[in-house]
Amino acid sequence: MATLRMREALRDAMAEEMRRDEAVFVIGEDVGVFQGAFKVTEGLLEEFGERRVRDTPISENTIVGVGVGAAMAGLRPVVELMTVNFALLALDQIINHAAAIPYMFNGQARVPMVVRMPGGGGHQLGPTHSHSFEALFLQVPGLLVACPSTPADGKALLKAAIRDDNPVIFIEHETLYGQRGEVPDDGDVTLRFGEAAVRREGGDVTIVGILKMARVAEEAARVLSHEHGVEAEVIDPRTLRPLDLDTILESVRKTNRAVIVEEGWPHGGVGANLATLIAEQAFDHLDAPVQRVTGADVHMPYSRRLEQAAIPHEEHVVRAALAALEGSL
Amino acid sequence: MVDLPDAATCYGLLAKMALIRRFEEEAGRQYQRAKAGGFLHLAIGEEATIVGVVAAMRDEDYLIGTYRTHGHAIARGTDPKHVMAELFGRVDGTSGGRGGSMHIFDAEHRFMGGYGIVGGNLPIAAGLALGSDYKGEDAVTVCMFGDGASNAGNFGETMNLAALWSLPILFLVENNLYGMGTSVERHSAQTDLSKKAEGYGIQGQRIDGMDVLAVREAVAEGIRLAREERRPTMIEAFTYRYRGHSAADPEVYRQREEVEAWQEKDPIEGFARRCVEAGVLGEREVREVRAKADEAVTAAVEFADASPEPPLDTLYESLYVLDSAAGWYAVDERSPEPHRGEREDEMPEAARELAEAGAAYAGQPDGPRPNPALDGDAELGSQPEVAGEREEGEG
Repeated sequence: MATLRMREALRDAMAEEMRRDEAVFVIGEDVGVFQGAFKVTEGLLEEFGERRVRDTPISENTIVGVGVGAAMAGLRPVVELMTVNFALLALDQIINHAAAIPYMFNGQARVPMVVRMPGGGGHQLGPTHSHSFEALFLQVPGLLVACPSTPADGKALLKAAIRDDNPVIFIEHETLYGQRGEVPDDGDVTLRFGEAAVRREGGDVTIVGILKMARVAEEAARVLSHEHGVEAEVIDPRTLRPLDLDTILESVRKTNRAVIVEEGWPHGGVGANLATLIAEQAFDHLDAPVQRVTGADVHMPYSRRLEQAAIPHEEHVVRAALAALEGSL
Repeated sequence: MVDLPDAATCYGLLAKMALIRRFEEEAGRQYQRAKAGGFLHLAIGEEATIVGVVAAMRDEDYLIGTYRTHGHAIARGTDPKHVMAELFGRVDGTSGGRGGSMHIFDAEHRFMGGYGIVGGNLPIAAGLALGSDYKGEDAVTVCMFGDGASNAGNFGETMNLAALWSLPILFLVENNLYGMGTSVERHSAQTDLSKKAEGYGIQGQRIDGMDVLAVREAVAEGIRLAREERRPTMIEAFTYRYRGHSAADPEVYRQREEVEAWQEKDPIEGFARRCVEAGVLGEREVREVRAKADEAVTAAVEFADASPEPPLDTLYESLYVLDSAAGWYAVDERSPEPHRGEREDEMPEAARELAEAGAAYAGQPDGPRPNPALDGDAELGSQPEVAGEREEGEG
């Protein structure tokens, strides 16, 4: 085990896979000389050279499209989009092409491409640099969607994503890049998509959180335990497509209550989707309506005070959990 | 004028052009009989550009095109039977009936698609070229697109990247003078499209796209520059579609005289006449070429007609590569109590139910087809150009 920051774990994943497979290369804006806007690709240019670590012009749709074509030609591109927000400029290539091509050409072409993109708020970057679009990508058939919250998961999931033959949207959270965690030294550790992590066991309420909200959920669980005598079970799905619904349902059948925490907008969100799945499949086990904690339904404001008000915090999660438990405490 | 090549080459070029012409005419007819659905974009009149390009390519080169590419696939070697079956939406179609007319694909012949989004194929073409370059392979990518695509953002982005990275790629604009119903003068500030990428370092030239030999010669040089000198260039081939943009285009934007003037320059008639006058081919061979095209297209229709509809239990096939590293199966098939349609072993049943509920037309091959021209007002009334496209009839 080594203690690594998230950005180092992700970098190691790419470096190891590039050493392992000549077909893997990294492409994106400022991934080479600049070493990545968030320094995730630090050191890659030095080790692998310009052929395999390719700085691009600012042309998001074409960067992803080049990844699609290269993947169809047998390579394994790892595309970095500087932020999730810029992925909006590339949606045509992501949805109409990367996700559709294997299906619309009846399996004659594969698109083994990973598109990495950091998102989320917290750095006062305002309305165009703070999005959480997990739900947007989750909706598209043909894509896999990963959203790791720990350095170990980040590394293992990214390695699996690179080895996978499907297009993968790999969402990172800007405020998690500096977070440290234990990461196995073994370069062969990968994580299958669709395996949730139970971060904390408890019998009173299930809290599901993704990305940074997985961390916030854990914090909230500690407060619930210390201050309210409530033992929460915290689940981090780690991937949204495929989704490990089993683990979530199993927990809900035990606790009979669920809270879902995400940073994205409430309408049509990850929580909306998951609440529906829980209602459809575990309705008889629910003792209270599923509670959702989401980002505010606004464009991310710049003001630190307003921005923090627009992002879920542990007190929101605590409140939601207590609401789900109302009458039973 | 380019000299005529040997008789066998002339015969081959003529035969391909005649086959594509016959195929497209028949496709139009089958569309009117409602055997083919959706949109149908025919390339009648553009055969010299298509065949001239492909004649200059090697087997290992990639060709990528637009939504008007039945002929491109056939020129590359795809059996017309499979193209017709795709138009019919049958299992033996090039994409098993999932792509339709706009999304023809044939990996074996390195025809890399068929794309319905104007300009969407340009970045992918650059990616294919990067793939060849990265692997140290010799293959060149030929990227064909229409005059309308030269206005898409992808055009500038891709030209820049191709020149910047010295990719082995040749761009070929099939300038048929109209982006759907908008003429070049009305859609492009720079009407000399061959100059449009010069600022990115991509030199262009204009050629007669109705002359198969002129196309072949120019494309051969463009491919040589890409292959040997890693220099991407662009060719603007002037061509013309005799039919409308799609199969039901009222053609209010052009005059009958203009169409007739282009038909005077017909690429197939003109080339056949020249070959006969020069004594390279005889009248008998020209007749033979036509007869063989008739035969192949008749066989294609019979084949497509006999090909089964896709079974409903294949609805989810090829959506994902299963058992790949990440371990994906289906949305939540791990759940012991999945909801409808999301568990792999229940997918066939769910798909059938959906189709029977009217979610798809697949279950009623002989039943009434919805007529968007009549029913479309509510949905499409505010988009007359789209509604117009969907009307049945000669385009």
